[in-house]
Amino acid sequence: MDAEILARVQFAFTIGFHYIYPPISIGLGIVLVVMEGIYLKTRDPLYLQLTKFWTKIFGLVFAIGVATGIVMEFQFGTNWSNYSRYVGDVFGSALAAEGVFAFFLESGFLAIVLFGWEKVKPGWHWFSTWMVMLGSHFSAIWIVVANSWMQTPAGYHIVETPTGPRAEITDFWAVVFNPSTVDRLSHVFMGAWQAGAWFVLSVSAYYVLKRRHVDFARASMRIAFVLAVVASLGQLVTGHDSGVKIAETQPAKLAAFEGVFAEQQPGADLTIAGWVDEERGETRSFAIPGMLSWLVHGDVNEPITGLNAFPRDEWPPVNLSFQLYHIMIAIGVLLIVFALLGGILAWMRRLSRQRWLLWIIVFAVLLPQIANQVGWAAAEVGRQPWIVYGLMKTADGLSPTVSGGAVLASLILFTLIYLGLFVMFIALLDRKIRRGPGDIEQFVRAGRRA
Amino acid sequence: MSDPSWLQTTWWLLVGVLFTGYAILDGFDLGTGALYLLAKRDAHRQTMLRAIGPVWDGNEVWLITGGGALFAAFPMAYATAFSGFYLALILLLFMLIFRAVSIEVRSAREGKLWRGFWDGAFAVSSTLAPLIMGVALGNIALGVPLTADHEYYGNLFAQLNPYSLLVGVTTVALFMMHGSIYLVLKTPGELNARIRTWVRPTIIFFILMYVITTIATLLYVPHMAEPFKHSPWLFIVPLLSVLAIANVPREIHHNREWRAFLSSCFAIVFLMALYGIGMFPEMIHATIPAHSLTAMNASSSEKTLTVMLIIAAIGMPLVIAYTIAIYYVFRGKVEVDEQGRPLGAGY
Ligand code: HDD
Ligand code: HEM
Ligand code: HEM
Repeated sequence: MDAEILARVQFAFTIGFHYIYPPISIGLGIVLVVMEGIYLKTRDPLYLQLTKFWTKIFGLVFAIGVATGIVMEFQFGTNWSNYSRYVGDVFGSALAAEGVFAFFLESGFLAIVLFGWEKVKPGWHWFSTWMVMLGSHFSAIWIVVANSWMQTPAGYHIVETPTGPRAEITDFWAVVFNPSTVDRLSHVFMGAWQAGAWFVLSVSAYYVLKRRHVDFARASMRIAFVLAVVASLGQLVTGHDSGVKIAETQPAKLAAFEGVFAEQQPGADLTIAGWVDEERGETRSFAIPGMLSWLVHGDVNEPITGLNAFPRDEWPPVNLSFQLYHIMIAIGVLLIVFALLGGILAWMRRLSRQRWLLWIIVFAVLLPQIANQVGWAAAEVGRQPWIVYGLMKTADGLSPTVSGGAVLASLILFTLIYLGLFVMFIALLDRKIRRGPGDIEQFVRAGRRA
Repeated sequence: MSDPSWLQTTWWLLVGVLFTGYAILDGFDLGTGALYLLAKRDAHRQTMLRAIGPVWDGNEVWLITGGGALFAAFPMAYATAFSGFYLALILLLFMLIFRAVSIEVRSAREGKLWRGFWDGAFAVSSTLAPLIMGVALGNIALGVPLTADHEYYGNLFAQLNPYSLLVGVTTVALFMMHGSIYLVLKTPGELNARIRTWVRPTIIFFILMYVITTIATLLYVPHMAEPFKHSPWLFIVPLLSVLAIANVPREIHHNREWRAFLSSCFAIVFLMALYGIGMFPEMIHATIPAHSLTAMNASSSEKTLTVMLIIAAIGMPLVIAYTIAIYYVFRGKVEVDEQGRPLGAGY
């Protein structure tokens, strides 16, 4: 098979798999900081129980995140060497900064969080939890900076070198704060917070349904619901900002997301769901008339640039981008509903009786995961055929020296190993959840000793 | 050939420093893995894992950051090396995945089969990973066929040449030695007594490999020896590395375990320096020397190197400060119960 397709599949598969875990770590990190903070303030053993249980889960998630992250760091060189040569001057710095500012912080302080309970004073332990939480946010910052630069390159110029042209930095801060960084980063944070919050909610709802560890589960839910409400609303706000930014910086992508063909579409509709026929240039959908124009320009009549304004070979796969994007939005809306509904009922202490809602919450853990995956995919697929928007085509970024056979071999192995990892992750998680947080008595004693 | 600018030289050195940091730190936990199956009792294996448990991930970050720094400072070398060594590198990645996972999950379940599997995975991956790294170092020094625009059509079988395999085995031997000394420092009781008996054989194994590799280098990789011909005073570096290693048994004999470990760290520093002296200013030696990738033709722009230097100047002191703090928190031997199992929370 074609080396290009294989390399793309491998990249998408390995990053997609990696991206299951970091969002949970990022969101759970916040939950841990809050739980441990409450414990330090109130000395209520319940919160020690909470902190210790969720820390154990955090350790497991983090481990798989690390194991799969290493692959990503080297894959630019292995599979995308021409890309690396072309943009390394710009892109590499962000990746290196991630190592220096984020990974060292996370991995170092995680040692204290997992193994240091008896070795440091409680205040220092909490400080370490903070550092792990911040570290995981920092890694998101740098990696999103790198990726956003690929979406909306800035702060560089193209220089001829003896081995061909390449991009070189002219303004570091313009690279970091390229036009899409802030919108995308805030949106990624919200997605990660939701992943963490719904993870906690799901396990806790399960305990409540099974009438096990009920005090533990309720306390966990109270904290997680606050995060879920904030993040689900924040998701909408930041997502909207991203959309407006795309209209300005990547109009072909927005046109694909919304299935707009006409060169200039006045009063463009906001599609809720639908199907795009790329051949005929038609979109059949439920839509809110004029809403897209209004969201982007604040005026229902302003025109939106459609796909026909671009040469055909610069269109992304339209229907795929459209569908991925709309799945994300649909989930975003659902999560707002669930978070508000569950949050209010929990606040009124009436959630335990709504078993149907608790069951929804148990399975809702999948929703932020799916949205995170399809959201990235929409952003990346929508950028096609460019690997760096407007600068370099994906097909030109490949490693010329790596054969299709070699990539196929690695892809098969990655698939097998990752499937194994995933099964094992679920099995170990299941085991930890079944074992539960342990008897509250032991935390009462631990609290007295400390 | 023009000389490298001071920025290029600085980054060439800094990338070297990162990989040296990696060799010193991850070296001992890779070595722990390579020796791991020599311990037969489950409690002993748990203790060995605990000895590296809090720190191994942080150690591995030196490799990740080294890779990132190579990408940022010398993208040409990063691109050529990693795509040229494609299969070897993918294999290395699999080893690192298996290693990470086996450390984390090995003790999560009881079963003999489960633990046996992950014990095997841990030992094999910890041995193969340094082997692959050494083989890559060997190839880069020996010279690979680069085209005029620095492409390397690499082939795994050509990469497994005798000289490179020799460097690979030497790397494993080095880490075994380093790991055994670390374990003497970190383990208590009966396990400690056992591990003490491993130190001398691993030193002998390493010295043997070191001598053979040196001879092979002089015979087959003469360009590595050039700098020593021009500046004979450089011979102090291999001399210092031998002295540092020779000092280890002495310190262990006097129960100065910490100094023994420090000695071993210095040995690694000198060995890396030796490699660096032989290579400078090259990064990947080509069979047609004019096609080699060097600090000059592989580097990023001056602007990027400057920005990166600022990032390093802000970030690395912090990293070093809290790395020391964390090692300090986990100083001393692993605490164990009467059965020799590590105490406290953890895996
Ligand atoms: C829990 C996950 C999640 C949820 C519920 C949503 N998103 Fe999202 N979205 C992401 C997770 C995500 C993401 C994975 O974080 C992406 C992919 C790349 C990125 O920058 O963020 C993303 C990208 C992304 C983009 C493309 C950015 C680009 O291409 O640069 C837009 C326009 C939106 N989102 C808009 C929304 C809207 C209006 C939502 C409605 C509530 C929404 N998202 C919910
Ligand atoms: C191609 C892109 C990516 C690369 C090269 C990459 C690289 C890595 C590496 C090497 C690690 C292991 C670090 C260690 O050993 O401690 C890691 C872990 C991590 N990465 Fe990624 N990563 C990528 C994408 C992402 C994205 C998109 C996010 C979040 C938005 C992210 C957030 C994290 C976090 C939080 C961790 C810590 C482990 C965890 O929390 O599960 N990474 N990554
Ligand atoms: C830096 C962080 C990045 C993240 C987190 C990320 C994430 C993703 C995800 C989740 C997909 C899945 C899309 C699909 O299913 O088709 C994807 C697709 C892809 N990504 Fe990225 N990406 C990043 C950067 C990059 C880089 C640096 C490259 C190339 C060197 C790249 C090249 C691709 C390609 C070729 C695809 C396939 C797109 C398609 O088939 O249409 N991405 N990416």
